[in-house]
Order: sequence, then C-alpha cells, then structure tokens
Amino acid sequence: MTDARTIRFTLNGAPVSVSVMPHETLIEMLSLRLELKGARESCGQGLCGCCTVYVNGKSVSSCLYLAQLVDGANVVTIEGINDGARLDPVQEAFIEVGAFQCGFCTPGFIMMARELLDVHPNPTDDEIRHYLIGNLCRCSAYPEIVEAVKLAARRRAAGTAPALAQELSA
Amino acid sequence: MVALMPVGNIGRSVPRLEGRDKVMGQAEYTHHLRLPGMLYGKIFRSTLPHALIKSVDTSAAKAVEGVFRVVTIDDIRTVIPHPYYGPAFHDQPVLADGKVRFAGEPVAVVLASDPRVAEYAASLITAEYEELPAVLDEVEAAASDICVHDELKPAATFPDLQHLKGRRGTNVALDYRLVRGDVEAGFAAADHVFEHTFRCQQAMHTPMEPFVSIADVRDGRMTLHTASQGPSFVRIEMARLLGWPENRVRVKVPHLGGGFGGKLYIKLEALVTSLSLLVQRPVKISLTMEEQFFMVTKHACTFTIKSGVNNDGKVVARKCRILWNGGAYADIGPRVTQKAGFTSAGPYDIDNVEIESLAVYTNRPPAGALRGFGAPQAAWAYECHTDLIAEALNFDKIEFRRQNLLKEGRPQASGTPVHDAAFEKVMDQVADRLDWHKPFNRGNGRILRGRGLAVGIKGITSPTTSVAIVNLYGDGSCGLYIGTVDMGQGSDTVMAQIVAEVLGLDAEAVHVIHPDTDVTPYDMGTLGSRSTFHMGTAVRLAAEDVLRKIDDLAKELGLPPNSNLPVSEMLRKKYGMQAGNIIGTGSFIPDYKKPDPETGQTPKATPFWGVGANGAEVEIDTETGEVKIVKLVNVVDAGVAINPRAVRQQVSGAAIMQMGFTMTENMVFRDGQLTNGSLADYKIPSLLDMPEQFVNEYVESRQQSGPFGAKGTGESSTIALSPAIGNAIADAIGVHLTDLPLTQESIFRAIQKKNGTPLPEDDND
Repeated sequence: MTDARTIRFTLNGAPVSVSVMPHETLIEMLSLRLELKGARESCGQGLCGCCTVYVNGKSVSSCLYLAQLVDGANVVTIEGINDGARLDPVQEAFIEVGAFQCGFCTPGFIMMARELLDVHPNPTDDEIRHYLIGNLCRCSAYPEIVEAVKLAARRRAAGTAPALAQELSA
Repeated sequence: MVALMPVGNIGRSVPRLEGRDKVMGQAEYTHHLRLPGMLYGKIFRSTLPHALIKSVDTSAAKAVEGVFRVVTIDDIRTVIPHPYYGPAFHDQPVLADGKVRFAGEPVAVVLASDPRVAEYAASLITAEYEELPAVLDEVEAAASDICVHDELKPAATFPDLQHLKGRRGTNVALDYRLVRGDVEAGFAAADHVFEHTFRCQQAMHTPMEPFVSIADVRDGRMTLHTASQGPSFVRIEMARLLGWPENRVRVKVPHLGGGFGGKLYIKLEALVTSLSLLVQRPVKISLTMEEQFFMVTKHACTFTIKSGVNNDGKVVARKCRILWNGGAYADIGPRVTQKAGFTSAGPYDIDNVEIESLAVYTNRPPAGALRGFGAPQAAWAYECHTDLIAEALNFDKIEFRRQNLLKEGRPQASGTPVHDAAFEKVMDQVADRLDWHKPFNRGNGRILRGRGLAVGIKGITSPTTSVAIVNLYGDGSCGLYIGTVDMGQGSDTVMAQIVAEVLGLDAEAVHVIHPDTDVTPYDMGTLGSRSTFHMGTAVRLAAEDVLRKIDDLAKELGLPPNSNLPVSEMLRKKYGMQAGNIIGTGSFIPDYKKPDPETGQTPKATPFWGVGANGAEVEIDTETGEVKIVKLVNVVDAGVAINPRAVRQQVSGAAIMQMGFTMTENMVFRDGQLTNGSLADYKIPSLLDMPEQFVNEYVESRQQSGPFGAKGTGESSTIALSPAIGNAIADAIGVHLTDLPLTQESIFRAIQKKNGTPLPEDDND
C-alpha cells in the first residue's frame, strides 16, 4: 500500500485537513478519521444510500467516493444540515410522520430528500419514489417516507426553511 | 395510595422517544463503536460446500505489515477447549474444525489495527481441501447417506431434543410430530381428498446494519458490545463457553439497525469472544453486506399437505409433512420446525390432524428465525391449498374459510383452546377493503386481473421469561431497566407508555435504559412478537410494585391517605435531602403445559395467538409474465394497540418485507455456491415496489391476558401475505404457482404451460 496524502476541504462549514491513504473511501475517512456517525456504510456498493453525503452540493454515495477526491471540496453530512437549535424541516417531518423504524438508513434518506426538494419543490408521489430509488429501508417505512417528504415540501413552501443551495453558498 | 391523574398513555401514538437522535444521525449503534487498542478481524471463508480441511496456509497473511495475528481453530482451542456453540445443538464450531459444511463458512481470521490491512491479508490465505459430496436439497438430505454432521449434539436447554443425543447417520435434527384424532380414517370417510406440495426458497434478513460484535476480555472479565436481539442469551451462552459465572460476562446492546430474527442467539459473539480471549485486546468484527448471506437465513422448505373435505364444505382431516432446510448448523431451526409445525394445518377447526415437521441439515448457510418463525412458509402451503380446494369444489372462498375457521374456545390442532383470536374479523375486514362482494374487473386480452386473500395463524414461543425494573430517582423522575432491544419496532416507546400509564406520568418523561446485562435484568429475547406481551406485562408489574412501595413509604412517613405528596417530597422527608430510590420489580412467565411428546397435545401451547389476514389485487401481463400488485391489504389482530401508529408501522413494514420474500428475494445456489449474495443481485423491496393502494389496519379486539389488552404484532401481517398474492395471481391466470418466489419468469412459465406451449426447463439449478 502506498503513502498517505494530506487533503484540505470544508466539512460542515469548517475547514479541515486529513491525512488519507489513496485507497481510502470518503465513508471510511468520515467515520474512522473524523468520527462522524451519521453516514454509514451498509451495502458497500452504492445501492442502499445509507452513506449519502453532499460533495459540492451534490449527493454522492460516500462508500464509492475516494476520500482524496474531496481535496478542496465542500462536504456536508447529516451533522451539518441544522444549526443545533432547530432541526431541518425534512428532519422535523420525518419525526412528525414517523418515517423511520431502526433509523440506520434515515440520515441517507433525509440527505436525498433535501436534494429532491431543491430539484422538485412540490414533488408528486412518483417523483419522490424515483428520486429516492437509491435508498433502501429494510424496516420498509416507505409509505411514511413519502408522506414526510410531502410534509417537508409544504413547510418549505411556507418559507420556514433555507434551501440547500443557500446554505452551501453561505 | 398516591392519586393518579388519568394521562391516557394507552392508545396514544407517542412519537418514538429516540426520534431526534435518529434523524440527526446521532443514535448509537454497535456499528460505530471503537475501543482503545481495538483490533479488527476479517474472515477467510471456505470455497466449498462440504470438504475436509487438509491444510490452511496463513504464512503470506502473517507476513503482511500491520497484521497482529492470524487465527485458526487450533489457536481458539488453546483458550476454549471445546469451541462449539448453538441454542438448540452445540454443533457450530467457532471456526471450521477439520471440516467445512457450507461454502462461505469461516475458516480463519486475520487481526489487525487497520481493517484494510486485515482484509488484504485475509485474501492471501489459502486452504487445501478434500472435497466431499454435498447435499443441498432438504428432501434429498432427509434420506441421504451424505451426513452433514457425524453425530447429533443437542444442547441441554431443550428437553424435546434430548432423545436425539448421539444419533448418527442422519441429517434430521428434529422430528416433531402432532397427532389429533385419526387422520387416515378421516381421509377414508371424506367425500374428497386433495394433496399438494409447495416449496419456499431460502432468503435473508438483510438488516441495513450488518452483523457486528466487539469483545473486550481483560482480567478474567468480558464486555461484549453486540448488535444482538438477545443479550441475556448471549451472556448465558458465552459464560457456558468460557466456563465462567454469568457475572463475569457483560453484554451491552445499543440501538439495532434492524434485526428481523437474524441477530438472535449466537452470531459473531462466540468468534470475537474467543479472539479477544486469545489476544487480550478488544476485537471487532463487522460483516459486509455480502458476508451477511453466510451468517443466517430464512428456511427453505418443502411442504406436502393433504386434506379430506366433505361435500358440505367441512374439512375433516389434514396431514402435513414439512421438511425444513436448516443449512449446515441448527441455530434455532428446531424451534422453527416445532413452532411452525404445530400451526401448519392453518387456523382451522379440523378433527383429524397429523403433522410431521422435520429439521434437516444441508450444506447450505445456516437458517434460523426470520419474522414469523416459519409461520409464513407454512401458510404459503395451507392457504394456497385452501383456495385450490375451494376452486375444485366450487365453494365461495370466504365462506369455505369461515365454515372451517377456529372459533372462540374451540381446540386448535394441538388441543389448546383458542381465545382472543379474531380470525373471522380480520378476514372480513380484508374482504371489505378489497370490495370482495362487488363486481370485479377481471381484465381481458393481454392484461388479466385477479384477487386473492388468505388468513394466517402463529403460535408464540413459550414458556419464556421477562424481568423489568422501574426506578424512581430522588427527584421523582423515572428510569426503566429492560433487556428488550429496540431494533426499530418501537419497544422503548411502548414500554415507556406502559410505565407511564401505571405511574401517572407522560411516556415522554420516562428514560429507558438499554440492555446491559450488568444493569438490566433477564429477558429471554426480543423475538417472535413476544415483547409487548411478556415484557409489557413485566413492566406493568414493576410499575405496580413501585406504586405499592410509594404507598408503604407514605404510611412509614405517617402521611394522611391521599395526601398527594410528590414522590420527590416523600424521599426528601425520609432522607433529609434529594436522595434515595423507589425500585419496583416485575417478572412474568405465562402459563404453559409441555406438549405430549408422542401427540403434541397440550391444553396450553401458546400464551396468545398471532392472527393476520391479507388480500391482494394483481394485474398480469400475460405476454411477459410481469405482475403488478395493484392493491395490498393487511389486517391484524393486535389486541388493544398501545401505540396505534407503531402498530400500523409494524403491519406495513412486515408486509413489505414479506412481499420481498414473495416476489423477488431468493438465494440462488449453483453447485453449493451462492450466486447472488449482494444487494446488486439479491433484490429487496424499494420505493418503486410499493403497491398503488396499500392498506394497513388492525381490528377492534382485546387480548384478555395481555398488558392493557395488548398482544404482539411484529409478524402478524407476514403470515398469510404470500398466499394472498399467490391466490390473486392464480385467480388472474387460472393456474396456481407452488414455489416461491413468484417471479415474472415463473408466472410466464405457468401461463405458457397452461396454454400448452411449455418453455424448456432451466437446467442451471
């Protein structure tokens, strides 16, 4: 195995530098080196969405994304989508509707649902199903997840929430 | 007595107590846990389904920089002289011991501080084998000369397995029998006799948090952090393996990222315990999604069912023979065999019943419990069989069922009278939601439409014990100490509701302490829909014990009756400051009578009955075999729903999971090798698989013996879901499929066969 390289990037709004191996994936760096717990490796093949994070404002499966590729990038995880005092509207909606059971896949769904609402502010059921097809929930809270996304869309439309784009440019 | 404010915790959809942690990604799972000095283990697995191990070459792995140690069974034996474990049979070695019994069995482990180093080094291990003939099919294995184990080694825990001790030359690990009346005389006297054979496939739990355990052995004590549904069992079995008293083994379980029956009994715990004992450092093993297919699975089975039916629609005799494919190690398979066996004649009142249910070893990955303990496999047969009989004799499918369904007080096949089991009610509600009695559009030409329904029954593992502790602290706030594992079903919230209801608190104010065997008392396990009923009762009793102790304290302090002094004030009066506790305990074991070993008859086989009915409406493209589930209706008897939303979520989630086992999920083997062991090739349901109309309900009912009238409901909607869909497909295309899953290909083949243009058989299996 070859040598580590130091990369610098923005993580949830704060600058960080990390020494990573060339073979290391983004999820390994986030969970093992930076001790974040929200993104989780499950299938390891980019099929389940449990490890979803944003890189430069776009969702990626961090189990398939090499850590060194985020050098200079803006990385946002579930830990960075609320200010601590108030939850994101999607998070609030997931609680209100009860859109999870074991909770292991939940951060991935929430990250993807936020991006969905940026693209489709008023999504149909079909748009929700297709946008979230890369996220799997074995407890099968799917009906509640669709409801939660629609509730969050109404909340956002009522102007109570910052869109992802604004947050990233801030 | 302290006067209570009626707060209405029962029947209230209290949001999950841990909801905020979960949406923030902050909930604790074993998945994340790391301990100082911890080593990661990566497993080298067998490539053959059945072989003697001639040698294992670990030299290249040992030479990799960063490798701490490479371990085989010979190393394990230096610290654990007899390294075999299992809940029913002590048949499973910690690592393969001279022989491999399925392709994918752990043979060696590499330990390293860096999991990538361990993984790379494990890939350098090689083994030489002497290949043995393998037996994969349960029907073949039941009569085969090829034996997976030389000798049967039942654990001491199950009395009904002791007669198997020392038995050689067989793959049958349990021969469960039930006899009621005279089945042959019943067939002879019946107007009609029907016999059909059905098959279920091997499938996998697929929890999103893959199996993970960490053992930390030091100074003659061990702490296990493990994603387990049964911490008390883990402690008992690890203490046995180590030859230690229970109080030197501590088992801690945070939240679980799904369990579904997979994370029960011993999984990775024996391996990490042995490794940590060997190297005296914490050891963590996390499986990959692919490796989960080699840990534990859902039983495949072959079920032949024969019924005698009279012209008036009465079923008078039924004979069931089920062979369960248990894989290479018994795990809890013998319990699945017995539990699903005793209800395999269905929810029907039949005078003459004979059941034979056999657990069979094969050279496949082990099978264990999966959401229903075999009940869904049994229902696949008996409810398709019910429709086939109704069609042959031109009976109305609902009225035929109604005529034969078990009524209140009537004996089930085991002789146990049925109480609080709303079979008719759930069936009628499904029929109503399907508009069964209204005209139905059957489609025409290329697209055909059909509908079907089915009713299921399940017995509950018995007798099992739960113990709970309720602790009021000095300020009067409340902690609940239970071994029930919240794996997403919402048990923390429901148990808090029960405590709160008794003590006059809000459920949201109760703190539930997660399983830690140094702190929380015994519980048999979070399995088989038992927690709400068993632990719920223990929690209620513990809370009532607290009330008695508050009453005693009031008397001790000389307070006037109904003084309404808060507990915190009472404790302050007693101790002179904010101090002390009021601790209540409760334990519960339901009535149970052991079945007669020859006939399986008992007056008390189960503490309550699992009851569910399902209905489906489907659309089939006859030119491609493509099937669309237009409507899926699931109705259960949950007793009184303590948390209505949580109950509906269990009904809905369990139904979708069972839909996967019905339509797509199938572990496909070729020459004993699993060919589709990853999420890329093994398809679990996603958002696009949701039926257009999806109805999940529970009926008004009450379990008289349950806490506040409740009973368990985590599995009820799984039982009869497969036959509901199978019967709907048959209704559309005019032919019944006998084998799960109901794939597009199998439907297309059935249509072609019916049309007289059968497709050539696939010879790949």
